Amino acid sequence: MNPVETRLKELMLASLDGDARSYGILLNDLARHLRFYFLRRLSDAHKGDADDLVQETLMSLHTRRATYETDRPFTAWLHAIARYKLIDHFRRNRIRVTVPLDDAEDLFAVDQSDAAADRMDVERLLQSVPEKSRDLIYRTKIEGQSIAEVAQSTGLSEASVKVGIHRGIKAIAAKLKGRADDDR
Amino acid sequence: MTTDDLIARLTGELKPVSRLAVFWRVVIGLGISLVVSSAMMYFWLGMRPDMMTATGTMMFWTKFAYTLILAVAGTWAVKRIAYPLGSIRVSLAVMAATIVVMIVLAMAKLAMTPPDQHMAMMTGHTIAVCTRNIVLLSLPLLVGAFWVLRGLAPTRLTVAGAAAGLAAGAIASLVYSFHCDESAMPFIAVWYTLGILIPGLIGAIAGRFVLRW
Repeated sequence: MNPVETRLKELMLASLDGDARSYGILLNDLARHLRFYFLRRLSDAHKGDADDLVQETLMSLHTRRATYETDRPFTAWLHAIARYKLIDHFRRNRIRVTVPLDDAEDLFAVDQSDAAADRMDVERLLQSVPEKSRDLIYRTKIEGQSIAEVAQSTGLSEASVKVGIHRGIKAIAAKLKGRADDDR
Repeated sequence: MTTDDLIARLTGELKPVSRLAVFWRVVIGLGISLVVSSAMMYFWLGMRPDMMTATGTMMFWTKFAYTLILAVAGTWAVKRIAYPLGSIRVSLAVMAATIVVMIVLAMAKLAMTPPDQHMAMMTGHTIAVCTRNIVLLSLPLLVGAFWVLRGLAPTRLTVAGAAAGLAAGAIASLVYSFHCDESAMPFIAVWYTLGILIPGLIGAIAGRFVLRW
């Protein structure tokens, strides 16, 4: 069985028996999964609603946790709730959905907890870089545009694009080094 | 409120949950509204006066079995649809099969009687009120079924509303059968069945508004 499923289900079963520690771990984990899930399905204009949706979903999970049938997969149950909340959100805001909703199972299909965490780490690191460099790094390293494309769309010379990226990466490296030192 | 605060709050108020919590919610919600509906029948319509002799007739028990099967299937549907991903297919199949059997029996009955009595068997002497009374008796049950579902997690609200309505209608028809002294199979097949389907329709329409969570 999927290791994520096994782990989350164990936490859920313990939570249903009243184990608050497991419950805390479970909810924190799910908050991350859910944030990623909603972010991917909201258009740019509505990305800001992701956190509200995460909270609503967690709240519903809490008040309706009796509807989890312990002989069934936990992830499917949670996904049904998250999906309901998402559709309800679309309805309430009269959003016409153009992205297929039903690449559904991938809320958990792959273990995205690490991917999501990595993504958040990257975003946090990028926040510490000056805005100009951040934009350049984002375009080249994350969106995968070439230096030439970026130079053209920003109106900078290729050389200054390269310099900007280099500076940004140095800043990130310095930051990471600093953090590594803290950890020691 | 940040997500972390929310998690702290929810973790703080965590209590163990019984595996039978959903079952009990269904029992309590439909049980209380069954009492209300029965009281309505008793004080407003009254029990059928020939109750004692009626229990010795085949027709009383046919009516009883018909409405009881539908009521149980409807209640089961409410319980199933209360879960995310829940489906009422099994209950619907049972209900449909039961109704089909009833209609076949009614047609057989009609085939065995002279045509000049057909009209009387269809209209009985309470055609004007039968369906309406069942629908009225179903209202407290509909409220009860909605209450059950509002605390649980149906994700398809129209289907959930329909399940609530069918259950309410079926239980109400069971209650009503203790008042009604009609004894013709065709009458039951048409007007009782209609009295169950109408609340089902009301529930389906109201579901997506009433059951949102």
